[in-house]
Amino acid sequence: MLGRTANGLYWMSRYIERSENMARLVDAGLRMALTRTENTAEEWFSVVASAGAEIAFQAKHGKDYSEATVSDFLLRDRSYSSSARSAMETARNNARMVRTALTRETWEAINEAWMSLTRLLASPIDDRDLPAVLDAIKRECALIRGALYSTMLRNEIFDFYQIGTYVERADNTARILDVKYYVLLPSISWVGSTLDNYQWESILRSVSAHRSYRWIYEAEYKPTNIADFLILNGRMPRSLAFCYRMIAEHLGFLAANYGMRHPSHDSLDRIFAKLRVGSIKEIIDSGLHEFLSDFIRENNQLGDQVALDYRFH
Amino acid sequence: MVAFNEMHPDGAELRKPYAAYDSWLSKQDPHRLADKMRDAERVFRKTGITFNVYGEEEAAERLIPFDIVPRILAGSEWRRLTQGIEQRVQALNAFLDDIYHRQEILKAGRIPKALIANNEAFLPEMIGVRPPGGVYTHIIGVDIVRTSENEFFVLEDNARTPSGVSYMLENRETMMQLFPELFQRIRVRPVENYPQLLRQSLAAVAPGGLKSSPTVAVLTPGSYNSAYFEHAFLADQMGVELVEGQDLRVVDGHVAMRTTEGYKQIDVIYRRVDDDFLDPLTFRPDSALGVPGIMDVYRAGNITIANAPGTGIADDKAIYSYMPEIIEFYTGRKAILGNIPTWRCSEPDSLKYVQEHLTELVVKEVHGSGGYGMLVGPAASKKECEDFSKKLAAKPHNYIAQPTLSLSTCPILTESGLAPRHVDLRPFVLVSDRIQIVPGGLTRVALKEGSLVVNSSQGGGTKDTWVLMDD
Repeated sequence: MLGRTANGLYWMSRYIERSENMARLVDAGLRMALTRTENTAEEWFSVVASAGAEIAFQAKHGKDYSEATVSDFLLRDRSYSSSARSAMETARNNARMVRTALTRETWEAINEAWMSLTRLLASPIDDRDLPAVLDAIKRECALIRGALYSTMLRNEIFDFYQIGTYVERADNTARILDVKYYVLLPSISWVGSTLDNYQWESILRSVSAHRSYRWIYEAEYKPTNIADFLILNGRMPRSLAFCYRMIAEHLGFLAANYGMRHPSHDSLDRIFAKLRVGSIKEIIDSGLHEFLSDFIRENNQLGDQVALDYRFH
Repeated sequence: MVAFNEMHPDGAELRKPYAAYDSWLSKQDPHRLADKMRDAERVFRKTGITFNVYGEEEAAERLIPFDIVPRILAGSEWRRLTQGIEQRVQALNAFLDDIYHRQEILKAGRIPKALIANNEAFLPEMIGVRPPGGVYTHIIGVDIVRTSENEFFVLEDNARTPSGVSYMLENRETMMQLFPELFQRIRVRPVENYPQLLRQSLAAVAPGGLKSSPTVAVLTPGSYNSAYFEHAFLADQMGVELVEGQDLRVVDGHVAMRTTEGYKQIDVIYRRVDDDFLDPLTFRPDSALGVPGIMDVYRAGNITIANAPGTGIADDKAIYSYMPEIIEFYTGRKAILGNIPTWRCSEPDSLKYVQEHLTELVVKEVHGSGGYGMLVGPAASKKECEDFSKKLAAKPHNYIAQPTLSLSTCPILTESGLAPRHVDLRPFVLVSDRIQIVPGGLTRVALKEGSLVVNSSQGGGTKDTWVLMDD
């Protein structure tokens, strides 16, 4: 496969994932706004912070954090390269570049998602329509994944797609946690307050994990359980451990397929080992914020190393 | 002048090739047909069959309008056409070989020397170079127009990088999806195997002495090119890599592509990049679309480039007017398919005639394509004619002129039912150790009533083209 094709597949999948994650973040913010009566500006701010978009947001809207400004910026702003709409456009451009590597169903799903998002997000979103718009974005992304998983050959093309998806997803989950890490830390003044419950639920909701959490842990939200769920639980499809299990699997396929290991395999082993520690307590004791910011940095470095090892450029 | 209507000449009588289609059509509900028309557009939009129009930012990706009424040719008509095309293609390759070697045709005085020497399409770098397999132009799209029952003319020999074959294939695919019953009822010769034929044809002219089967790739200028869809489509259908200049490099005397496992040798390149951009070391130094050093590899016989660099000298519009002489010179026979009478404005008498008859003629740039920079006299305003006349006087050698032919018409489906529109035809020819012509081609149709401009960049559309398995 051409290195340029691998690059296109990797970024195509990252941007599809990003488009969906933007919708999830706004969804979590919306939920908070609906369940709280006080000023929600702080919650909308943390949505923007989770997206890593404060600087870009403030350049456009100053400190005006509201449902209207944040959803407009994260979903449909074309000047922001990671908005759901821009991300889908970039995904589609990459797909167009590598369309010979995609099945017809996959290409059509991506092309239709792009057409549908372009139409849906052409004009400002009426707040009554926001839930339907968020659903539509998530559904389009699910359709792409469905077409892809059910029609694509499990070869190197699929491997690069998967690596991109899970590097992006791990980055997203880690950022959400990092923005809210203080909520998860044991602190006398916060424990037991109702505020905590909302904050915790918002974290789970932004990764669509509020229901599955209850299947595994007791109904009550506990900060250590939430951190455990999103970092170490190997069965939760948006946890860091799950993402790294998938990256490990597909980098492993590439090594076997090409008969060669690369520096990226060593980086992977190093990061993956940290996600297989005994308990979440060790991570929290030695500093959750430090752990997460290290992870975000190393995850990005892994992406760069994959690009280098497989001659993306 | 009344145009020849291929379905109903003289407005009444039905021509035989259309008989079966017409009996089906007469039973169709007009509303259902209108629905099918919309279905077709949806299919094209969904599959992303678009082309980019230069200079139109908003509509960066546009659909070529598709008409659901097929253009139908009888098997006997097609056979006559293919004989003429084969003869022409043989002559084109023989001419190219001659021009880049002994130049017998110039020595014999059949073509003026200056026409070659001063022609930008002539590449001195190709002198003495013999391409692998001896083929210069591998893929040709001959534009043919019809004026009556038995009169066909060649409008242009597209011998460089003809486009449109993907539309031929997708038009058929779409028609089969929309009207499966028609294909059960009427026996239409298939075109679907074109990609396999293309791949076999390219592999057959690979450099000699390869240890394994040749690696073929399609070279595209990139996803912003107007024909990118077609490049990707063909690579996909052939099962070969679609490469850009940035993927390629010369490694150990061969052209190689950068893969996830390192550099891998390529043996045959189907390039959709113009000569000028092919090799920045030999041609335009600012080109980022080509491969530095590819011409050295080519001269050493280690890569096949299809079509060969320098083939433009054969389909140049100034050379076109000499095609009857060229065909006779190399095949020893008169041309089966006629040329359109052409005035070369470089000749003073012709220039005078053209200037005096501008309102009756079509004037084209010698090196132009895609319908840009041409004047259609009968449709032009007085001011346009005057402006063009000045351009003509300033650079006469840059232009040729032809009479405005009354192109044949085929019906298209309009909001008020069927209506005739002018059409042309581009069959696609493959040359390797043999010549193959897929039975069909791209029918382009001028959608505006009375218009003679069929180019997709100028608002033309396309139709599926049927060659019947009759007699």
